This record gives sequence, structure tokens and C-alpha cells, in this order.
Amino acid sequence: MTKEEKYKLAKWAVKHALEKGAQDARVSIYESQNSSVEVREEKIDKLEQSTRSGLSISLYVDNKYSAHSTSRLNNKEELKSFIEEAIAGTRFLAEDEYRRLPEPELYFKGKVKDLKTFDEEFLSVDPQDKIKAAFALEKEVLGKDERIISVSASYYDGMSSSVMVTSNGFEGDTENTYYGLYASVSVNGGDSRPESGWGDSAIHFKDLETQGIGETALKRGLDKIGQQKIESVKMPMIVENRSAGRSLGPLISALNGSAIQQKNSFLVNKLGKKIASDIFTLLDDPFIEGGRGSRMFDGEGLALKKRAIIEEGILKTYYIDTYYARKLEMDPTTGGTTNLVLKPGNRSLEEMISSLDRGLFITGFIGGNTNGSTGDFSYGVEGFLVEKGKIVKPVSEMNITGNMIDLYSNLVEAGNDVYDKSSWRLPSLMFKDVEFSGK
Amino acid sequence: MSIKRRDFIKTGAVAVAGSMILPPFLQSCQGNQISADVKNYLDHFEVSAELMQNIIAEAMSKGGTYADLFFEHKISNSLGLEDGKVNKAYSNIDYGVGIRVLKGDQTGFAYSESVETGAMMNAARMAANIADSSVGFNQGDIFEKLPADYYKISKKWEDVSVEERVPFLQKVNDKLFSLDPKVIRVMAFLNDESSYILFYNSEGRLSYDYRPMISFGVVCIMQKGEQIENSYVARSFRKGFEWLDESIVDELANEAIEKTNILFDATKPKAGEMPVVLGAGGSGILLHEAIGHTFEADFNRKGTSIFSDKMGKKVAESFINIIDDGTLQNNRGSINIDDEGNEVQKTYLVKEGILNSYMHDRISANYYKVEPTGNGRRQDFRNIPIPRMRATYMEAGMSKREDLIASVDYGVYVDNFTNGEVKIGAGDFTFFVKSGYLIEKGKLTSPIKDINIIGNGPQALADISMAADDYKTDDGTWMCGKDGQSVPVTVGLPSVLVKKLTVGGLS
Repeated sequence: MTKEEKYKLAKWAVKHALEKGAQDARVSIYESQNSSVEVREEKIDKLEQSTRSGLSISLYVDNKYSAHSTSRLNNKEELKSFIEEAIAGTRFLAEDEYRRLPEPELYFKGKVKDLKTFDEEFLSVDPQDKIKAAFALEKEVLGKDERIISVSASYYDGMSSSVMVTSNGFEGDTENTYYGLYASVSVNGGDSRPESGWGDSAIHFKDLETQGIGETALKRGLDKIGQQKIESVKMPMIVENRSAGRSLGPLISALNGSAIQQKNSFLVNKLGKKIASDIFTLLDDPFIEGGRGSRMFDGEGLALKKRAIIEEGILKTYYIDTYYARKLEMDPTTGGTTNLVLKPGNRSLEEMISSLDRGLFITGFIGGNTNGSTGDFSYGVEGFLVEKGKIVKPVSEMNITGNMIDLYSNLVEAGNDVYDKSSWRLPSLMFKDVEFSGK
Repeated sequence: MSIKRRDFIKTGAVAVAGSMILPPFLQSCQGNQISADVKNYLDHFEVSAELMQNIIAEAMSKGGTYADLFFEHKISNSLGLEDGKVNKAYSNIDYGVGIRVLKGDQTGFAYSESVETGAMMNAARMAANIADSSVGFNQGDIFEKLPADYYKISKKWEDVSVEERVPFLQKVNDKLFSLDPKVIRVMAFLNDESSYILFYNSEGRLSYDYRPMISFGVVCIMQKGEQIENSYVARSFRKGFEWLDESIVDELANEAIEKTNILFDATKPKAGEMPVVLGAGGSGILLHEAIGHTFEADFNRKGTSIFSDKMGKKVAESFINIIDDGTLQNNRGSINIDDEGNEVQKTYLVKEGILNSYMHDRISANYYKVEPTGNGRRQDFRNIPIPRMRATYMEAGMSKREDLIASVDYGVYVDNFTNGEVKIGAGDFTFFVKSGYLIEKGKLTSPIKDINIIGNGPQALADISMAADDYKTDDGTWMCGKDGQSVPVTVGLPSVLVKKLTVGGLS
């Protein structure tokens, strides 16, 4: 569908909903195209290609609310009855005075800035070049070490587009592309078969790194050989940039309006209070050119702003959508993160490691969870033991256990190595006094 | 897409419901060898046997060795309660056909959301590209493979109005508030799903399935002084509307209150290695993570599993039998046919302590020259089938639960979990304990909560030293993730003693 066709269908659906008894409606039409190729043993192992589309509609009927989606867009008569039955079903729900569309003045209007999230060349990338990229990646690893058991190399890409229309005046559309390469390597480590992966991703095909991914994946696999747990101990921890999101996730979930309103968050009543160390500053910046989470408006159409979430350890704002804002009697911000930017420090990861007398450098998490009500967490970790500034051996099968507020109050340093190919732009992080359980 | 080979399981979170519509039932297909049952499915998807054969011919046109079509129509509804009111409903309709072509163990795949001939032909051509010759293809004669009947139901969810469902959510809310004054918030949901599946392959196999699913759960939030705690409790089955009654409401409410109350006085154990007694039921997550994923044959075929060279070898004490079963009546993990049209088995993974079978899909069964075990599953028509678990459990042992506990000097007893994960090659697995108890000098003492347990699969399996006679299936909303695809599963276990695992805690 073209953008104009999507708008036409969305407006038709809104109009039909209003004609059939809804007082308000929001409709999105989305479409995506994806392809991927995975190679193993110098053959294509999997080749996948798809195009998908859908319509989703939120209905506001006599102060009652429901939302529906379907992948069957081809038949107008069927879509009509889909909408009509959805309206009929909604009438059986309880009234909810807080369920209304956003106030129109909060919608994004203004001029759309080019956030560089779309590659115009998407459709002209030669499929053979995609396959070649995957084979080239595999070749970088194959035969490079006799301990290799299995190598798989993948290329993947996607393009998505959507339009959104509401009955109280919002109209907006988005377009995104992505490309990626990923290598996964298993190596023979005696009793164990450690596996590691490495990849790169880009918004534009021409920006995709093609060199060194395989080598890195292999090196990271080989480095894991001989992984062992050490004794239970309380000591410093450095979390590598690409894994830092796993340790930050529970803090972000706790900022969600639903968790706050349901009192199911350890950050209830913490606005304006100190929840982390002075060096912890976190911004939500929707407008970074080429940012993986960049956008002008959120899922409800609200105009986005650059916001400080945490400033020098002090909690400044929650993520609150229109519904929970009304329930909490607060102003809506937005329902979710865009680009999260953690303020980097001055030293490189290597400098941070070499400054450690003894600690663990964590390169991966496995399992574990956080109690959203209390912030208590426990996660499996793997990585390396650092002694006198040097990596001395690989470590696995250990847990870290504690409380999120304590953990971030013990954040002593952020590196200068921000990983910017994710919507969460995080550097490596160093914490003191972390409880590790092992032998 | 997900490319990391890390596999996880979790109990579902709150999602939600509404109404649905079926596509028009058209007249089609006059094929004379087609039974009335199959004809209903052909009509449902507006295709004829002849058209399916034409699509297969297109899929095989470049020299593929096998092709299949997986038509699916899934209707999902979710009804949600928050702040005392059933005030939100969601529904989704998903419809389309996945077309897969194999050339040996290589896979070409595409799907179409439309069953118009042109759209399906186009997808078939894309999937065909995995092969690159033009070997002739002889269409097999159509033969119907009747599905098993593992989930008999009386009233389909599609025939149940929103109005009929609402009272159950209201009741569970009211019950929770009446049971304990510490309850401050309740969220409840009722999710149902009805899936129509039609399968046809290049060998001529034609089959179908109707898969119902219901999940009913609550999140209970309680406050005692300043402290707030929450619990999630749910049940899920392949059952119809007849399953919903007052007893389920009471069961959920009582369990949620009990599980949340434990947390207020809970502490953390000492960090480190110690004996762990896994209580009957949800502790089956141990099997799923420590053993289950590593027995999936795709990992073993590629040599990436830590169990790759252990077939026929002793991996556990001889009283241990571990099973992956797709045939349990009305179980969330059961399927009448697998997603490659194959018959579903009760598969002994470990028999009397010996590694007996991997879990196979078509590709791996071919590779190992064994019969498929009916483990070829897919999230939906948009994804390819791969070896997946169904209901994974261990048979009961002879010991008594009290004897397991009595044998431990210092350790933990755990029976309430939220999620787990495994690394296939290293064999390291974890599961997160929402609550349990310390064991001190052979007795259960203080409650514990929010700790991760980590171990190594082969070692943990070998370290199961006692099993009790109290086997229990856990009918929670377990969802298993692998290669970016989620499928419903269940787990089960008698109480067992594992000699040593690493328990998260404080120094």
C-alpha cells in the first residue's frame, strides 16, 4: 500500500466506527517487509521473506474502551463487520471515565524533522548482495580455529511503515528501515561447548559493518573456554556496554505509569528524590538523527520532547500515557522510551578494567528477574575475573543479587564507550559492592 | 528476528478481549476423495485441493525435495480488569498461509496473509528459491491424516459473548478483596484463543486441527505497612467455556493471597552452592531449562548442544524417567498434530537414567534417520517449524517429600517460579524463584524470595538424588521462547532433591 492508500483506509475505518456508534476512534495501518538469510557449512540454511500488514483500531464507545487488530485487510465488507462487532462487544464492558483520546493540543502538529530513520535505497538492494554478505561473514570464521564446532552467519533486513489517524484530529506517519549481520560461533571447550555471537546493525545498507564481526564472534567464543564459577564474594562489577540494558531494564519498567498507578513499582513516590549516584544522568531524546528510537510522536500521537529522566541521581519524571496520567492526576509525558541516553564518563572500558584491583567484568546475563514492587533482583551472569587490572579467567554460572536502588546508588563510573546502535545508548558501567554468589 | 541461541521460558504477563468474526464460509472444492471434516477446513480457507497442489507444484519448481503449506486462522480475545472494573478488551485476528520448501536440510520460507491464488503463488516462488535446479516433481496422491483428539471441548470460545465472560473477572476481583484487607490492587485477565489449521504437503498429506486455549489469571498486590508485594497466579488449558466456574475463581484467589502473604516476611538465603529441594509442580522448569532445550535435536544436529554426544549414555540416576508429551488431555502443551502434520508422541527423553531420544522435527528426524516425534512446532504461519517442547515432566519417584527435606542440613526448598533461561552449548541454566523456604537442619524455616538459581544442565541432571511420590503438573501460562518464536508449553515434576546448585543470595 502507498502512504496515501493507508491514510485513506485509516480514515475510512475511523468514519465507519463513528457511524456505527463509537464516539471516538484511533486507527493505525501498518505494513512491513522483512527478509533474512542464514548460512551454515557454506550452504544457505534458511531463506525467509515476508510482507505483512494490519489494521488496529481503538474504540471509545459510551465511555467504554477496547482495541482490536486484524491482518485481513482485503475485504471492506468484512472489515465493516469486524468494526461493528468490536463496537457491540465493547458495550458489555464497564464504563471508564479515564479512557478518552488525548487532548488535541498535545498532539504532534508542526513540521516533521528528518530523523534519518529510513533508507530510500531499501528496495534496490540486490538480494544476491544480501546472500553474499552472509557468506562473507561465515568465511571470516570458517577454518580459523580447530576448536570451532559450528558457525552460522545471518543477514537480515526490514522496512516498516505506518499511518495513524484519530477522530479528534491527529494524523501522522512513520517509516523505518534496518539491516543487520550476525555471526554465531560454537567452540569445543572440552566438557562445554561455549557459544558466542556478534553482530552489527544499521539504518542504511551502506553503513552496515561487514568486516570483523565474524572474528569478534570467534574470539568471544574462544575466550569463554574454561569458564568456571568462583567463590561467593562482594566486589565491584563492570557491565559491558551491550549488556548494560539488561541491568537498566527493571529501573525503566518501574517508571511506567501503569506500574506507578497500580502501586506495583519500587519508584512510587520517588519523584524528585535521589534514587541513584550523582554520576547517573539519563535523558530521553527522541530527536537524534539516525537514533534507533527516534520519532516525532508516540503511539498515541503525543508530541515528544527531550526530557531528563534521571539527573545526577535524582528522579525527574515517569513515563505516563494519557490514560494513566488522568488516573494519577498528572500530566502525560509519553508511554515509552525513545532514545535513552546515559551520560558517558571519560575513561575507556580498558582503562576502567585496568583500574580494578579485583572485580568481575560482566559480558552477559542469563535468566533472573526483578521484583517490580520492591526492586529486589537476582540475575545469572557470565564474564571474566579481573585481578590487579588484568583479565585473569573466564567466569560463568554465578548470580548477582541485590536491590535496584542500591545497585544504582553504587554506580561509580560510566565509560566513554556508548553503544549507539541501540535505542538505549549506554556505555559500560561500573558498580561497587555487588553480591555475587558462586561456589 | 532473533538470532541469539538463548532460550527462555516465562509465565505470561497480563495482556486482555472482545469480539471476533469468522471469514465467510464459501463454497469450494468438489474433490471426491475429501472427507466432510477436511472439506470444512478447505472451505474455511477458501481453497481447493487442486489449488493447494498447484501451489505445491510452484514451490517445488526449482528442485526442492519437500514442501508444505500451513494455513492458519487464529482468533484471540483478551478481557481485562483493573481498579475493580472489567474496563478493557482486546482482540486480534490473524490469518494466512506459510509456505516452506526444503532442499535436504536447507529451508526456504515465505508467507502470505492472503489466500488469493496470485499472492500464494508469489510466496511459493519466493520459498522455492532455496533450491536452484529444475528437477521434475511428481505430485503425491492426497491422503488424509486424521488428527488425534486431545482436547475435547463443549463450548467454543468464539461462541461466548463478552457479556458471559465479564462476571468471572469481577468475581475473582471481589473474592481477592474479601479474603484479605491487605489487598490494595487487583489486575485480572481472561485470554482465549481459537486456531484453525489446515496442512498439506508435497507427499500428499492433508490434515487439520482446531486448537482452543484459555488462560485465566490475576496479579494481586498487597501492602503491609510500607511494604508492597505482588504475585501472579494463572491457569491455562486447551479447554472450552465449560471450564470456567466458581471453583476456578476460588482457586486463583486463594492461591494469590497465600503466595503474596509469604513474601512479607521472606528473606534471602546465604549466597552460594547448596542442596535444593524442588517442590512438586512448577519446579518442572528445571527439566525445561536444564535438559529440555539441550535435547532439542536441531541443536544436537549442529553439534551445539552440550548433550550432542550423549545419546544412549547414562545421564541421570536410574530411577529417573523424563518425558516430553504432546498427548495429555486438554493440556496447554498438547497438539493433535504437530505443525508439520506429524503424529504427536509421548516421548521418553530419559529412560531409567539413559538418554533415550531427542525431540525431533522433520529435518532432524531425517538427519538422525528416526521417526519424527511430533515436536515440530511454530509460533504461527509466519514462522518455520523447529523442534520444540510440549509438556515436559518427570515421573514420580518412591521417596516422601518430608524425607527429601529431612536429608538437608542447610539449603532451600523452592516451589514458585517466574522464568528461566538456558545456554545450549555451555549448558548453564537458570530459574528465578519468586518464593520458597530455607531448609535448616532438615526443617523448613524462614520464607525466601526473589532469588535466581543457576546450574549446569548435565551436572544438575546427574545430581538429582531423590524423587518423591507427589508428581504434579503445573498448569500455569508457561510460554517458551526460541529463535524469536513463542509457543505454549507446560512443565511438571515430583518433589526432587538436587545435591548442589548455585543459589543467589547475600554474603
